[in-house]
Amino acid sequence: MIEAVRLQKHYGRTKAVDDLSFTVQPGRVTGFLGPNGAGKSTTMRMILGLDTPTGGDVRIDGKHYAQLKQPLRKVGALLDAKWVHPNRSARSHLKWLAVSNKIPVSRVNEVLEVVGLTEVAHKNAGGFSLGMAQRLGIAGALLGDPEVLLFDEPVNGLDPEGILWIRQFMHRLASEGRTVFVSSHLLSEMAQTAQDLIVIGKGQLIAQTSTEQFIADATQDTVRVRSPHAAKLREILAAHATVTDDSVSGSLVVHGIPAQQIGELAAENQIVLHELSPQRGSLEEAFMQLTKESVEYHAH
Amino acid sequence: MTLLAVERIKLFSTRSPYWCSALAIVLGVGLTAIIAAASEEQVSLGLTQIGSAQLAIAVVLVMAAIAVTTEYRFGTIRSTFLAVPNRTSALVAKTVVVAFIAGVLGEIIAFGSVGIAKLLSSNSDLSINTAAEWRHVAGVGIVYAIGAIIAVAVGILVRQTAGAVSILLVWQMAAEGLIGFIPKVGIKIQAWLPFTNATHFLTMGADSPEQGGAGIDFKLSQWGSLAYFAGIAIAMLVVALVVAKRRDA
Repeated sequence: MIEAVRLQKHYGRTKAVDDLSFTVQPGRVTGFLGPNGAGKSTTMRMILGLDTPTGGDVRIDGKHYAQLKQPLRKVGALLDAKWVHPNRSARSHLKWLAVSNKIPVSRVNEVLEVVGLTEVAHKNAGGFSLGMAQRLGIAGALLGDPEVLLFDEPVNGLDPEGILWIRQFMHRLASEGRTVFVSSHLLSEMAQTAQDLIVIGKGQLIAQTSTEQFIADATQDTVRVRSPHAAKLREILAAHATVTDDSVSGSLVVHGIPAQQIGELAAENQIVLHELSPQRGSLEEAFMQLTKESVEYHAH
Repeated sequence: MTLLAVERIKLFSTRSPYWCSALAIVLGVGLTAIIAAASEEQVSLGLTQIGSAQLAIAVVLVMAAIAVTTEYRFGTIRSTFLAVPNRTSALVAKTVVVAFIAGVLGEIIAFGSVGIAKLLSSNSDLSINTAAEWRHVAGVGIVYAIGAIIAVAVGILVRQTAGAVSILLVWQMAAEGLIGFIPKVGIKIQAWLPFTNATHFLTMGADSPEQGGAGIDFKLSQWGSLAYFAGIAIAMLVVALVVAKRRDA
């Protein structure tokens, strides 16, 4: 379990992380969601002891990262796939990591096999594509067979094949009972990967909830209704909900009441319906709605 | 021991230490070879160490600084601190490995220079007999090792290659010598400059005027100068370690 209590990181006057408290439950994939610049990477660096918090505390199973003996056996992390010397081979990179935590060197070949880099293991990491570098980073994270895994924006810049691979990989890791904490600025990505969500904006906690709950809360239900008596229906519905016209399809878009109730109202008033379809609001819209207050730089 | 092995793997799994070592040997021994081959008179033992003590050392300092700055440049320092959260141990291990390699290189270049001079100028008396002669040749490795500690400390503090290399080269090759041109106080200051003291440690005495440090009124004995040079290096390393521990990686 990862536990952050009133975590703070200030750079001069900028509050990169501001009074952030959350817990990451073991054995689940927890998404760490927020717009770019929300403080996700800074928080992850503080969890891993790379950056010192200005205030507050973050612990992994009750210990600071620096207190972990052979930390790679407990926590595996991929913060940046580029943290590799370009003129060092993939195998050498993993070898020194293994030796540093007294992990048997035979494990290097195992993780190379897992991420599918066996054939290029002797090649210098500088020549790797982003997808390959990402795989090498994951191999490094898996080296110590850790129970906790942290990934910072692992799908950023990957092609669809790479994204799918990473997504399936996260599920596999969680199904093995590991704690996976993965950050992203894309809710649609998290919706397919994470069971729990920690949502932040401008360094502050916006929500900590299950992904399902978050999406249900965030996406307001809308219902599309088509009727030959649109004008009359509009009048009736307007008393109960917000109704807007969709001029393209000539249908009504109703916010605020469920489809069931619309059907009943139509029946009571003997109005014929040609269509009555509930619509899910897009996840991206919902996310933007929630975080619009906390986006650092707006386009105008 | 584990951390020493880690740093050894890291260092020798990239090409730059091999290139730097080769370059240092070629420059150091090469200069001696040219001097020996070109001189019609006898070559003195002091002359054989010009290349090692004044030229190749710069390359070794650069190699030592690069061993640290590339870690910052490519972010592998963060991977290192993730694997070894005790930053002091990790960086001390790196310093030990780098200083050891620098020391070995120093001995290879120093004795290699004597060897090639013997070969090319067979009529010269280049036997190493007295304590001063031994110190003059074998001492090069010690100076390289301590110099490497300074270079690592500068690398940790500056964190980027261009800056660290400029500081080290200007300092070691130019600044300490130029201070001597300041009237009156110049040579007094020089007596307390680290690399000047390193040179003082290596000098055989008044009979080898081609060596640096001539005319400076040193307050320390030759071994005292070495201890002073080492003390400065350790102090700089301690400062660098404290900074690295406090700073966000």
